[in-house]
Amino acid sequence: MNLRKTLKNGFLVLLASLVLTACATQKKTGQLQSDVYTGSDSVEYLASGVADRVFFATNETVLTTASRETLRKQAAWLRKNSKITVVLEGHADERGTREYNLALGERRANSAKDYLLTYGISSDRISVLSYGKERPVDSGSNPLAWSKNRRSVTVKAN
Amino acid sequence: MLFRYLYILLTLFPLKTFALIEVDITRGNLNPLPVAVSPLSIEEESKNNFKKILDIDNLGSEISAVVENNLRQSGLFNPLSKNAFLQKPDIANLKPRFEDWNLIKAQALITGKVTFVDEKLRVEFRLWDVLAGKEMMALAFTTVPSNWRRVGHIITDKVYERLTGENGYFDTRIIYVSEKGPKTNRIKKLAIMDQDGFNNKYLTLGNELVLTPRFSPTNQMVTYLSYFRNLPRVYLLDIETGLQEVVGDFPGMTFAPRFSPDGKKIIMSFAKDGNSDIYTMDLENRIVERITNHPSIDTSPSFSPDGKYITFNSDRSGYQQIYIMSKNGKNVKRISFGNGLYGTPVWSPRGDLIAFTKLHKGKFYIGVMRTDGTGERLLTENFYQEAPSWSPNGRVLIFYRETKTNSKGEGFSAKLWSIDLTGYNEKMVETETDASDPSWSSLLSN
Repeated sequence: MNLRKTLKNGFLVLLASLVLTACATQKKTGQLQSDVYTGSDSVEYLASGVADRVFFATNETVLTTASRETLRKQAAWLRKNSKITVVLEGHADERGTREYNLALGERRANSAKDYLLTYGISSDRISVLSYGKERPVDSGSNPLAWSKNRRSVTVKAN
Repeated sequence: MLFRYLYILLTLFPLKTFALIEVDITRGNLNPLPVAVSPLSIEEESKNNFKKILDIDNLGSEISAVVENNLRQSGLFNPLSKNAFLQKPDIANLKPRFEDWNLIKAQALITGKVTFVDEKLRVEFRLWDVLAGKEMMALAFTTVPSNWRRVGHIITDKVYERLTGENGYFDTRIIYVSEKGPKTNRIKKLAIMDQDGFNNKYLTLGNELVLTPRFSPTNQMVTYLSYFRNLPRVYLLDIETGLQEVVGDFPGMTFAPRFSPDGKKIIMSFAKDGNSDIYTMDLENRIVERITNHPSIDTSPSFSPDGKYITFNSDRSGYQQIYIMSKNGKNVKRISFGNGLYGTPVWSPRGDLIAFTKLHKGKFYIGVMRTDGTGERLLTENFYQEAPSWSPNGRVLIFYRETKTNSKGEGFSAKLWSIDLTGYNEKMVETETDASDPSWSSLLSN
């Protein structure tokens, strides 16, 4: 009985500390600027300093200033590595109907593609694939998680 | 008397008025019709034969259990407890003692008999009006024994039709997407089951992502979206033979497929260069027609049952709204004007209503509106739900609902739910796994 009580209390403390760390990490890495994710959690790198993804506001497909900067770096990297081809994977958050989100993901990936084209990358090197809301990176049901999931990710195809 | 009672019951609901944007959650002030489903009688010899073939102890009781469950699930009937039945099944089927059934307040009585004839299953059943003391209907079927659950569904359809004046929807199947695994990497398979959840079968292995299966209204064909080889395309699948093929030869993603009401065309979206438009493909001559040509997203098309109109989802106004147009893409007219976003319009098989998903202030609603956009009625509200599909008689909607995850992103589930057109009788549909994207077949026996 006593043991059980001790265990229970210990468990509670453990839970509390888990909640606290979760809060701490959220504050540190998760940032939102008018609905667009500006943090670096989930971001991977195609090369040193070349982030693989850009984020979007809810229901939006326009690129933010930060997204354009990321894509310019991707374009520079693609020019240097002229044999590499990429797939732009467009995603939506879970707060929308499935079919509309498939179209939205396609549109987001294409706005990233269009930007790369203006920086001289040939369209033969870029294909587009929408996952709609099927492949979130964060399974949370909260605005921060949703902001990470509204994204276009540049993936090496070869 | 009995017929009149139900007739009144049924005509009352559609007349009920609902304020705009108000979800009706006052379920349960409905008086389902008390009905006694007597176990179908079966003689020893037949009983033993069926036990050998099907490993079922009493096939008569099992078939009547199918009927009873269907009637209860419809929300319109209240099957009475068998413990209260005074008359034995075999005698009741010959000539019910109506006083006995009246005593337990049954207004309708179903009796019947099951026999094993020439390796086949023969079922006869009778529907009785207890108050009037009269037989209302008598029918008999013969089929292969393995079809016994379908016999239960067909009996329910006949009873439902006789008592409500509407077509039934019980001898039908649901195709849906079975889901497993973490939310960030869901494994999805096509699955099919009887409308009551039995005879579940998986149609794909889960190697590629599959979405939005839809039944043909005329046969056992299904159209759906598959990410086979990472190329999201609309496929056509024959569920009898398992044969499948890509629909059309499009240089990009095709999605949101549905059949035309005659089953001869598939209507879908094709996305290219950031723009989605609506196309049809004729399944006989393979001719592809472009229906919309607009820089906005046009998707989720659904034909009217007469094939003359199409309802669809477009953000040409800036946000997702519902539109209708002629089948050739002309006369586009927006019909949704309430607060919020509207998606997944689907035309009722009766022709008079369009069911939809609505997103407003962080909540998702399933609702219906008339085809000119008036008379919006929200049937159910939740954190997340979408994709209504009509029962073939236009009386019930099936859709899916997802739960909110906790702060750690855990606790996700997706389940199928059904709700009566009136907003009553909301029920979870049991599935072996998590489930989404349900689509209701037409009546199999038609």
